[in-house]
Amino acid sequence: MSLPNSVPVSWFLVLAALLFAIGVAGALTRRNGIGIFLSIELMLNAANVALVGYSRLLGERTGQIMVLFVMAVAAAEAAVGLGLFIAVYRQRRTIDVNRLNLMRW
Amino acid sequence: MRSLDLLWLVPALPIAGAALNGLICLFWPKAGKATATLIGVGFPGVSMLVALAAIWQYLHGTNPAPFEQTLWSWTTGTFSIPIAFLLDPLSVVMLFIVTFVGFWIHVYSAGYMSHEPGYRRYFAYLNLFMGAMLLLILGNNFLVMFVGWEGVGLCSYLLIGFYFDQSFPPQAGRKAFIVNRIGDFAFLTGMFALAAKYGTLTYSKIFPVVVGAPEALKEHYALGLTFAGFVALCFFIGAMGKSAQIPLYVWLPDAMAGPTPVSALIHAATMVTAGVYMVVRSNAIYQLAPEIGTFVAVIGAFTAILAASIGLVQNDIKKVLAYSTVSQLGYMFLAAGLGAYTAAVFHLGTHAFFKALLFLGSGSVIHAMGGEQDMRKMGNLRKFMPVTFWTFALGTAAIAGVPGFAGFFSKDEILHNTAATGHWGLFAIGLLTAGLTAFYMVRAVAMTFFGKFRGTHEQEHHLHESPWVMTVPLLVLAVGAVGSGWVGIPEILGGGNSFHHFLSPVIADFSNRLPEHAVEHPEMAASTDWLLLIASVAAGLIGIGYAFKLYGRGEFGGASWARRFPAVYRLLDRKYWVDEIYDRLIIKPLGSFSRFLWKGFDDTIVDGSVRALAWATELSAEGGRLTTTGNVRHYALYFFLGVLGLFWWILRS
Amino acid sequence: MTTFLDLLLGDTLTRLVFLPAAACLPLLLLPKGNAKVAKFYALLVSLVELGLGIAYVASRWVPGGGFPLLRDVAQGAGVGSPPGMPWIGAYGIRYDLAIDGISMPLALLTLLLLPIVFLVSWKGIEKHWRSFTAAFLLLTTGILGALFAYDLFVFYMFWEVMLIPMYLIIGIWGGERRVYAAVKFFLFTMAGSLLMLVAILWLAFTYKGLAGVWSFAYQDLLRLDLPLTTQCWLFAAFALAFAIKVPMFPVHTWLPDAHVEAPTGGSVILAGILLKLGTYGFLRFALPLFPQASVKAQPWLVGLALIGILYGALVAWVQVDMKKLVAYSSIAHLGFVMLGLLAFDLVAWQGALLQMVNHGISTGALFMLVGMLYDRRHTKKFDEFGGLAAVIPIFSFWLVFSTLASVGLPALNGFAGEFLILLGSYRTLPWATVAATFGVVLAAVYLLKMLYLTLWGPLTKEENKSLKDLSWREMFALLPLGVLMLWIGIAPGTFLAPSRPALESLLAEFHTRAAEATPDEPTLRALPAIAIDAPTDAPMSQDGEGR
Repeated sequence: MSLPNSVPVSWFLVLAALLFAIGVAGALTRRNGIGIFLSIELMLNAANVALVGYSRLLGERTGQIMVLFVMAVAAAEAAVGLGLFIAVYRQRRTIDVNRLNLMRW
Repeated sequence: MRSLDLLWLVPALPIAGAALNGLICLFWPKAGKATATLIGVGFPGVSMLVALAAIWQYLHGTNPAPFEQTLWSWTTGTFSIPIAFLLDPLSVVMLFIVTFVGFWIHVYSAGYMSHEPGYRRYFAYLNLFMGAMLLLILGNNFLVMFVGWEGVGLCSYLLIGFYFDQSFPPQAGRKAFIVNRIGDFAFLTGMFALAAKYGTLTYSKIFPVVVGAPEALKEHYALGLTFAGFVALCFFIGAMGKSAQIPLYVWLPDAMAGPTPVSALIHAATMVTAGVYMVVRSNAIYQLAPEIGTFVAVIGAFTAILAASIGLVQNDIKKVLAYSTVSQLGYMFLAAGLGAYTAAVFHLGTHAFFKALLFLGSGSVIHAMGGEQDMRKMGNLRKFMPVTFWTFALGTAAIAGVPGFAGFFSKDEILHNTAATGHWGLFAIGLLTAGLTAFYMVRAVAMTFFGKFRGTHEQEHHLHESPWVMTVPLLVLAVGAVGSGWVGIPEILGGGNSFHHFLSPVIADFSNRLPEHAVEHPEMAASTDWLLLIASVAAGLIGIGYAFKLYGRGEFGGASWARRFPAVYRLLDRKYWVDEIYDRLIIKPLGSFSRFLWKGFDDTIVDGSVRALAWATELSAEGGRLTTTGNVRHYALYFFLGVLGLFWWILRS
Repeated sequence: MTTFLDLLLGDTLTRLVFLPAAACLPLLLLPKGNAKVAKFYALLVSLVELGLGIAYVASRWVPGGGFPLLRDVAQGAGVGSPPGMPWIGAYGIRYDLAIDGISMPLALLTLLLLPIVFLVSWKGIEKHWRSFTAAFLLLTTGILGALFAYDLFVFYMFWEVMLIPMYLIIGIWGGERRVYAAVKFFLFTMAGSLLMLVAILWLAFTYKGLAGVWSFAYQDLLRLDLPLTTQCWLFAAFALAFAIKVPMFPVHTWLPDAHVEAPTGGSVILAGILLKLGTYGFLRFALPLFPQASVKAQPWLVGLALIGILYGALVAWVQVDMKKLVAYSSIAHLGFVMLGLLAFDLVAWQGALLQMVNHGISTGALFMLVGMLYDRRHTKKFDEFGGLAAVIPIFSFWLVFSTLASVGLPALNGFAGEFLILLGSYRTLPWATVAATFGVVLAAVYLLKMLYLTLWGPLTKEENKSLKDLSWREMFALLPLGVLMLWIGIAPGTFLAPSRPALESLLAEFHTRAAEATPDEPTLRALPAIAIDAPTDAPMSQDGEGR
């Protein structure tokens, strides 16, 4: 199974850009910690899409291998991040990042 | 072994004595007085003997050339200055005066200071002074002279402030040191100018070159003066400080806060004459700067009359003598400025004897009076202290210019030279000063030794003649006060003026190079000379007679004058307000300025700008801190904006 | 290949520099809280170090010719020390030490002051004796390293090494506002020296561009001929770093604060040595590296030096704190040194170098005496004193003696230095010299005021009536300084001779280069013909003119 060759790389890039923009907007506007987290995942995956697209265009495996790494790191990050938020929630009874500003000044 | 080769011992011995007594004083304060006396009087005594032997050998040597002795090199290399001594006619005269008068004052001190707690310290200082003074006069270059010059200044500071636990004497000492330093500043400048031009400071290397090429010193140098003029002016300002001339004389009257023998030794006989010595030593330069010479003479004359006028109304016996010293130093500069260098040294020598005698006499009086210095509380002391009275009277006769006494010859020599060079105005001032001098000295004698005793009953009970250690020096110096003038009896009185001839090798001779110098001392008609002589004797006698008339019967005849001219009296009594003027015009403004510099400038502006920088840094940090909101989303926004900025940076072209 | 271990074993200079630092290690083993052991250990180390230094200098002494020149040493000519080793080889940075007649007197002064510092701190310092010892030993390493450094990068490193121990000394053992003073000291010095680092890097880059290889070596960088504008900028960077250290007006305000707050020992080293490194830097680096720029900057710097002399004196005059008075007097005294350096005249340079040592001795002694008084009365305010001469005569003697040395009384050391400086600078800067000479008057004014307010007059304060006079320990600390004051004053020639050849050749090179036109582009001078040059010969034959 493979995509038809006629799909140009620009489609990948547009998709990636869209995903990334959604991710940025989410990361900047969401107040829920988990939401920010998901947005970041979105941005990572946007990068993954771009990597895969270029990898296909250039006939290179490196990009795809890179994607595997990114996914692994993202998974680890998600695990740690979720753990942190759970810990924070236990303490503060909230994960609204606007209220998590202890590190101010 | 020649005793001339031991010349270095002459200053070294008193310095060793000072070191020895100083160490004992610090580390063995309980040591007895006997050793202090032994060291303190013994070392200068041996020093005097060595000096006398050296002088004797110098005078009778086969080789009349100046004797030089180099000890070591102070600096080496491009600019080499030796520590070396010189014995020539001028230093022979000074050496004799300093060691001889100095030794007898040391002997006197052993009696005068015997009840003082700081006895040993006193001798340490006094010996150190002798050493420094001998360096000053024996040095063969200006550096050694300056070492001695400052050294005597230091000892003067220490000895004026000898009674350090009172508040006035240390202040007076400080004033003396600082005023002297102002002079030293000019002296140093003159030395630098000389060194820059000649590459040396040694007399025997500079003066022959000066005599050989006098034109080089007549070129314009600085301040509108020739080189000779500049150096001469600098040196004279130095002399103003040391020898208490207008405008730097103010320290000398205050210096009387020290023990009386100190006043006799330092502030009458030796140290204060150092300026005269320096001017005479540099006569080659002064001869090439006649304009400065005239300036010196005018300053000298004005100092003489100013101090004499203040002396008229003083009631403190030491103050009278102090102003008298300033006045007599003015005489010496009057002579030196007009080119009569030998006359200046002549008066220096006679003055050393009679003024030391007068001071020691006053010390004897003060000793007997239990520390009282006010002449209004004395009177009739001749009955109690005959030796002091007679020696004091001889000294007074000498300073007043009574014919036959030392002061007569030297003062007449100066007045003669003033008139001979045609400075009749200065001559008139000199003559008037002579009269005033006679007046205030006789006034002092009359108030102290004649009339009724006006002190307390207790003081009268204690009156006694001083012990022999004090009267013997008085007698010795009295001989000098009478006879020291006989070495320079002028031709007109049948003498050979041998003093003048003895010193003449020291006076640079420009007659070959600069013919106009030869005619500067025109011969005078003998009749004019006689007339001048009679005038000066008359001035003295009038002063003496009038003083006796006013004060002789134990009354204060001068009071009527004071009543008649209260303004003049007040002016003299307050010493022309010179101290107050200096205080207002210089010291106070400088103090305020310094305080402004410290608080208003250093603290506020210089350091303030530093603190302002620190404050600005802190402020900007405070501002920057506000961005740290603690809100993750804000950080994300900064991050995003940063990425956008990076994109712009990369894609901008 | 030479290793550091070889150097440590074979090179006395390396040993001299690093022995104090190495001696800090055993301090860790000393029992905590037992100050006595630390004190004796400190004294022992400093005395051993002093002995080593004196022995080394004596072994290197060439009778009649003073001290070999720096460049001879660098070539290893006739000197037994092994050459240094590469340190950061890729950039041509070498660990190289050398000593000549210019650094030798200052190094010996450092070594002499170190045991004295420990002696005077014996009672005054009450806490953390081990750290106190370590701080001073490290400081010594920094100072000696900076004095001996031959490579500019190494110089910079040691220059900064000096900073930290001094910062700690002021900040830990200082007075009430010690932290403020320490930070101020640190920031001032740091600000200047960073600019100097930039300038050093600039020089090295230029050298690399011209010669193709990296080098930070003094002798290599001296070969650079730079355009005037570049020179001026680089000179300014160096001059700022050194001027802050001197300190010159208007970057002097750290000094009074630092001195007032520093413990006695810190003040002694600060005044005695650290300030001298500023003037040493001018003499060694700023002037020779940028001769044309120096000549151009001369009027400005002379002006600042004169302001320093007069301004420091006037401000000192009105101080109410004894230590602050001495601190401001340092500004005035170092103004003289700067004037001498800027005269570009041999006699003035000799005087300036001598005066650096002199100031270290007499001002060091003054700070010690102030400290001794502080130990007894815990105050430095003049109001609290007066009439002390009656109670503590030996102290009074020392105070008068050191003050007179500082005033510049002939036959004591201060005069010798000042006299030579003024004598030399009169030839090139007559009017500036006259103004500076007036500073001599002011010196008497403020220093005699200090004597008056402390020693003379009636004894009014009850607390002062039971003061104890100096102990043997204190006298022993003062004694070497007193001997030196007298000795230098009476026969300064002894102290001038060793440094003369070095100064002479430095000055000759300076004048040659200053007279040349600056190039439009940086160029590299030809290597000086060292073997033929043999600069010690010519002056030495003159030197033998002894009577």
